[in-house]
Amino acid sequence: MTVLNRRTLIKIGGAAAALPLVGGRAFAQEKLKVGFVLIGTPDDNGWNFGHDTGRKYMLDQIGADKVETTVVTNVAEGPDSERVFRELAQQGHKLIYATSFGYGDYVHKVAKQFPDVKFEWATGNSTAPNVSIYNAKFHEGRAVLGTIAGMMTKTNTLAYIGSFPIPEVRMGINAFAIAARKVNPEVKVKVVYVDSWFDPAKEADAARALIDQGVDVITQHTDGPAALQVAEERGIVGGFGQGADMSAFAPKAHLTAIIDNWGPHYVKSVQSVLDGTWAEGSVWDGIASGEVEIGKYNEKIPADVVAAAEKVKNDIAAGTLHPFAGPINDNAGTERVAAGDVIDDGEFWAVDWYAEGVEA
Amino acid sequence: MTLDLIIPIIITLVGASTPILLAGLGELVAEKSGVLNLGVEGMMLIGAVITVAVVLLTGNHWLAIICAAGASAAAALIFGFLTLSLSANQVATGLALTIFGTGFSALFGQPYTGKAVPLFRSPFPPELAADPVWRVVFGYSPLVYFSLIMVVAVWWFLQRTRAGLILRAVGENDLSAHSIGYSVIGVRYLAVAFGGAMAGIAGSCFPLILTPQWVERLTTGRGWIALALVVFAAWRPFRLLAGAYLFGLVMTLEVYAKAAGGGFRVLPSELWAALPYLATILVLVLISMRRGGSSSAPACLGKPFLPTG
Amino acid sequence: MQFQLEKRPAPSRTMRIVTPFAAVALTMVLGAIVFTLLGYDGLAAVREIFFTPLTNSYKWQDLAVKATPLVIIAVGLSVSYRANVWNIGAEGQYIVGAIAGTGVGLLTHTMTGPWIFPLMLLAGIAGGAAYAAIPAFLRTQFKVNEILTTLMLTYVSVQLLNYLVFGPWKSPTSMGQPQTVLFSADQSQPYIIPGTIVQVGTPIAIVVALLVWFVMSRSVFGFQVRAVGASPAAARYGGFSANRTVWLALLVSGGLAGLAGILEATGPFGRLVPQFPTNYGFTAIIVAFLGRLHPLGVLIAGTALAITFVGGEVAQTTIQLPFAAVGIFQAMMLFLLLAGDIFVRYRFKRSVPEATRAAA
Repeated sequence: MTVLNRRTLIKIGGAAAALPLVGGRAFAQEKLKVGFVLIGTPDDNGWNFGHDTGRKYMLDQIGADKVETTVVTNVAEGPDSERVFRELAQQGHKLIYATSFGYGDYVHKVAKQFPDVKFEWATGNSTAPNVSIYNAKFHEGRAVLGTIAGMMTKTNTLAYIGSFPIPEVRMGINAFAIAARKVNPEVKVKVVYVDSWFDPAKEADAARALIDQGVDVITQHTDGPAALQVAEERGIVGGFGQGADMSAFAPKAHLTAIIDNWGPHYVKSVQSVLDGTWAEGSVWDGIASGEVEIGKYNEKIPADVVAAAEKVKNDIAAGTLHPFAGPINDNAGTERVAAGDVIDDGEFWAVDWYAEGVEA
Repeated sequence: MTLDLIIPIIITLVGASTPILLAGLGELVAEKSGVLNLGVEGMMLIGAVITVAVVLLTGNHWLAIICAAGASAAAALIFGFLTLSLSANQVATGLALTIFGTGFSALFGQPYTGKAVPLFRSPFPPELAADPVWRVVFGYSPLVYFSLIMVVAVWWFLQRTRAGLILRAVGENDLSAHSIGYSVIGVRYLAVAFGGAMAGIAGSCFPLILTPQWVERLTTGRGWIALALVVFAAWRPFRLLAGAYLFGLVMTLEVYAKAAGGGFRVLPSELWAALPYLATILVLVLISMRRGGSSSAPACLGKPFLPTG
Repeated sequence: MQFQLEKRPAPSRTMRIVTPFAAVALTMVLGAIVFTLLGYDGLAAVREIFFTPLTNSYKWQDLAVKATPLVIIAVGLSVSYRANVWNIGAEGQYIVGAIAGTGVGLLTHTMTGPWIFPLMLLAGIAGGAAYAAIPAFLRTQFKVNEILTTLMLTYVSVQLLNYLVFGPWKSPTSMGQPQTVLFSADQSQPYIIPGTIVQVGTPIAIVVALLVWFVMSRSVFGFQVRAVGASPAAARYGGFSANRTVWLALLVSGGLAGLAGILEATGPFGRLVPQFPTNYGFTAIIVAFLGRLHPLGVLIAGTALAITFVGGEVAQTTIQLPFAAVGIFQAMMLFLLLAGDIFVRYRFKRSVPEATRAAA
């Protein structure tokens, strides 16, 4: 009788361990469970795709025997995300990546309830003992794109489709404009905000409207290729991919792309949890450490343009060129950054003006 | 404003107006027969996702549109069965249809998200379709020309055919129509199916004309605008055409205003975005005022048909 | 032997209560089949969505939090729908209520005192009611159908929210992100069960349901609403003004929706953001119907829908079921309930053919 019971119990226990029926059970975990909370799906070919690619890279590098991941997609910023974070924590995930700014309040709330779970908040702006933030210097990539755009435009009118008027986007615009005007002082940059990270209809409409106003190179700070598709359709000089290589959507128009390369960071951070060395901090890497990559150049780009772009990229990586090195005037003509001065990482977030040439 | 700018604006405007025109025509017919189907947004989404799936699988645009129409009509028939044969509340059932359509399309569309869909281009030869000036007339997708033809067809059907008269009668006074011997339920079923098919075709406009890919909620609430449009147009097809283009103009201007900058920025963009809805309310009031309080809606709109005996 | 549908002499009370439960049960069965056909694990989907929230005690607090706004709004809607006033714009009244309450909150942000929070709640109720007064006015003065006006106003309210959060109400410390300041401690919903996330909104919801039930079943107002809803002509004989009923129905449902709005803003959200509209106003319509337009039924139905939401989030993380699936389940529940409605008014009657009867 006893033997049967024990055997049955072990069977049931084994089955229970195999089925994720009820959350909150504690049983010995060998693998580190890492959760990724995405605001969209990896099929957006942009922001979320970048994070998912980074995740796969990390799994590859560290090994599926040491770590397993859970990806939750389409989690809206808001209280629902709080439930998702809590659910992941209750299920035993010890490291959770929150990949959008809007998750912040909820990450902090849940982090307080689960002090032994580490959270990393992408593009966040506040930390806690178990909450770190990580970001990438996309604006360095924008400087490269601006160089290409400035040299290739025929109408001297560029466009930047932005999501929200937040510092990250504003500085992206500024980096783009500053770099473009360096190679082509006549250039104007028109800006349209679509008030969303992902709204293909609005992005396409904005792109159409801008092209009708004479724009011939577009870049966008949103998560999909909609604007690029319009660029291809209308046959303008070109556009850029955002977050990932989007040339499949616009083979002729796609000049190059800013590629979010989160892989190296994910490897570092997961390894630090495995080693027990994870600490509260803020990571903000760029081209130099490989977090921001520039994609393949379209064949139609002339060699001298490619050379110029590569030079900008390499100089930024080497530290000899800063995307926000003075003198910089704002678009009303006032000097904001003196010659020899730069906008450093701290001042970055306080910038509320646009560089010369930007019509926003 | 030069011709250079006006022509592209017109082209964008037509693109924005066509889906709401198509959906509006379908809903107009359904409402004329006395049925209020609030599920337009859901049916449009179903149409959009089916279109993307079929185009990606077969490459044939016409087949995709037909499948979209069929799928949406089938969804509409679920609504029809509940409201016509089981006399369920039309408002609640219509809303359930929208919620269902949203969820179904999101689920069904998962494997197709983000893939590029080939646009459904103009059927005319490139000399006309791509010509900088003549593309205003010849450069549109066949869906646009179809929508314009349908405006005339629906008007002619309702005003000039016996079948249309029966449909209108069913919507104005179902008990009388029933006593004369017409099948009220049967007519309404057909009207609802037509509404569904048109909503499906409206949905296909999104991936084939506007944004050539599938993403969740691709239609971004345009289905609700189509509902408003029908009332705005006082249930008349040509007014619907004017209304659709008016709404399309407002939607287009919002984006152009942002792009042009300068003087347009005086008004906050949110006001531009709210304009179509405010305009509809205003028109509703004006219509009611003009007719001395009685509405021009079909008298039986929204009421279940309950023959005594 | 044939079956026929025969109209019942009076609507069956048993069926009215049985059908919602039957609808839910059938949804589970149908849902499991449909999802298995679509390639997902149908049984797991049903288990995670319908059962896990009940069996996992961690989730009960999530249920309470999620059901609160649904119940409050749906109770209001049940009053309105009983009077045949089709308020479809509860979402808009919810938003405006939150805006009104937040407005008071921003004015009092630096002050302290226990009177602030109740004042914000009152402002929320007033805001929602005032917003519902517009369609009430249009219906009584101009005979404009409230279905469309309430719906259109919902979209307008979303734009109003965006304008405020992106503009005048944007927090100066948010680095340009569109959000208001975080509500202060005095302005946030108090937690009522220590150690959980359950806030005072939940008991408020229960009190509201009980209160409305009492009023609707015992008071003249309640009788008036039901009478006007059943037959406006007969009600007029009784001296009940149809217009006044329209006003009351919209003010009550609008006010309650506004209350739900400010509770959500001061509770789970903690501040006003563009993502605030979560379609509770529309889901509440399903809750109202599922609850048979009866406050107690609404309490049960609200919990049922909260279960599907919470369960849907669990399913996202455990079996990777897309959240969109929840919408399908909810729609199915409503469809089946509406279909089952027929059994309230009709019953199956066996009819025996003449010949057999003669033989017997």
